[in-house]
Amino acid sequence: MLELIHGHYAYFFLMLLLVIGLYAMMMKKNLMKKIMGMSMVQSAVILVWIVSAYKHGGTVPILDKSIPVENPDLYINPLPHTLMLTAIVVAVVTLGLSFALIVAIYRNFKSLDEPTILKRMK
Amino acid sequence: MNIPNIPVLIPAVFLFAALLIPILGYWKRSLCIYPALGASGLAVFYSASGLLHTVEHGYVSYHLSGWVPPIGIEYILDPLSAFICLVITSVTTIVLIHSRRIVRFETPDKEMPFYSLAMLLLMGLTGMVMTGDFFNLYVFLEISALAGYALVAIGDKRAPMAAFKYLTLGTAGAAFYLLGVAFIFISTGTLNMADNAAVIHHVDHTIPVMIGLSLIVLGTGLKMALFPMHAWMPDAYSYASSSATALIAPIGTKVSAYVLLRIMFDVFDPSYSAQQLPLAQIVGYLGAIGVIWGSILAISQKELKTMLAYSSVAQVGYIGIGIGLASPLGFIGAVLHILNHACMKACLFLISGNLRFRLGHSWIPRFEDSLRITMPWTAVAFVVAAISMIGLPPTAGFFSKWYLALGSIEQGSWIFLVVLLVSSLLNAVYFFRIMEKMYIRPQTEEMLKAQAQEESPAWGRKEAPWSMLGPVLLLAVSLLALGIFNVWIVTNFIEFMIPTGL
Repeated sequence: MLELIHGHYAYFFLMLLLVIGLYAMMMKKNLMKKIMGMSMVQSAVILVWIVSAYKHGGTVPILDKSIPVENPDLYINPLPHTLMLTAIVVAVVTLGLSFALIVAIYRNFKSLDEPTILKRMK
Repeated sequence: MNIPNIPVLIPAVFLFAALLIPILGYWKRSLCIYPALGASGLAVFYSASGLLHTVEHGYVSYHLSGWVPPIGIEYILDPLSAFICLVITSVTTIVLIHSRRIVRFETPDKEMPFYSLAMLLLMGLTGMVMTGDFFNLYVFLEISALAGYALVAIGDKRAPMAAFKYLTLGTAGAAFYLLGVAFIFISTGTLNMADNAAVIHHVDHTIPVMIGLSLIVLGTGLKMALFPMHAWMPDAYSYASSSATALIAPIGTKVSAYVLLRIMFDVFDPSYSAQQLPLAQIVGYLGAIGVIWGSILAISQKELKTMLAYSSVAQVGYIGIGIGLASPLGFIGAVLHILNHACMKACLFLISGNLRFRLGHSWIPRFEDSLRITMPWTAVAFVVAAISMIGLPPTAGFFSKWYLALGSIEQGSWIFLVVLLVSSLLNAVYFFRIMEKMYIRPQTEEMLKAQAQEESPAWGRKEAPWSMLGPVLLLAVSLLALGIFNVWIVTNFIEFMIPTGL
């Protein structure tokens, strides 16, 4: 059990971050806080990918003459990093769009508090 | 013919149109619709020829920028993806023809963003259908979703709030999907779907793969609006503009259903995702609850669009039942229902657009007898679509339910059979309620007075213009045609799609 925690503690923290994010998205009344929660969920997922690429004793995946290429254990896996660059771009776009929507909501309802907005929507 | 390039051409055509529209729109706003129409017409042609080719000669694989699959990204055109693409693009073309007048009427000065976003949405959806790579699917999922949020937000005053709800839930769904892919990638080390299918049986007993598949199903279920994750759908569909709803509602959720079919039955072995890990059953039972729940809520709605949105929750449930059966008949039912529901829902949402265009509202308690005289063809199309939704032969809706019912009898899943029968009755309740108002309910005093005066503008034929009526009638006729020719569709196309091992 202790070994599991020692070997995977990053994942446990990331799951905690994910759950905090989900909690904020569902339970918080302020739309801004919901967006913060959404951002946390996205960051947690991105970090899971990044952590999964890590190898103990590996180095950055840039070709180095002194480190043989034949042994892939000496380089950490570059693929998740490149994939997550795309995911970060997606996260930024989502964030931008949600801010634009928040501006539109505030113009229409003069509030960012969810119960107030729902009351004014009727 | 350009068969080997079709898988990538379909999304590329939409992307090109999405970039062309702002340039043209900057110069002349009324031209915006033509690139959109041209792109979707071209995509219909490509997917139809792709479907005919793949049924005869097997699948076509396109290697993006020449990288060979397990390393590079692969686009796959097989009967299933070509068929779904054909459904998406042809329904879109019809909706776009209808949209010319109503977009200008409902959201003036927003033609350029509307058509550009519609093209981006279509690019994302067709890309999701074509891609054979888990991460590429995520990117397309987000492209289509982001375009969808923005499309929903171009609506009435309450639309941004509905779009915000859709955005938070949709982003959570995409995040779950990505997390699930991470777990599968950690276990197999590959993102290619075919490559995963080849190696997944070595690791499919491990916990990360089980969690990964469950998270993927959860994320896609959120996008598909499977009960109880449908909260975003009714608001988004009722507050968006008529054309945006008619674009997103028939096809958006279906593509997620396609992704579920693909991953559960093609990448993973059907026996794995149905028996070893009872995910298909869970999807099926959630779908069954959604069918009943959506139908009951639809009965209590007073606004036509909201009612149709709740009935979409129910219709997605039918596809869920088809997945849950995890048998060839269930698969045929699910795929056929994707096609039928796309046509039915597009038809009904276009009708609600016509009513809004002419009456200025789609508020059910205000419908009355005069509709059958003022808008006779729209009313006829509504009756055909409603009968199809209820599932009476010979309309299309009957046959997909028929296959689902046969599948449930074959497996002895009596709960699904009961749900199918009860939901048909519930559908009848909420559609006959409107038909009763359209054809039987006596007119109000004002309308009678208007009728007496003959000359009054409130009376007389007020049918929607041809560019709006034509698509509606075309879809209504297609519902009859799809019903009559369903055996031909199933034996010639859908039977080629059934995954091996199902």
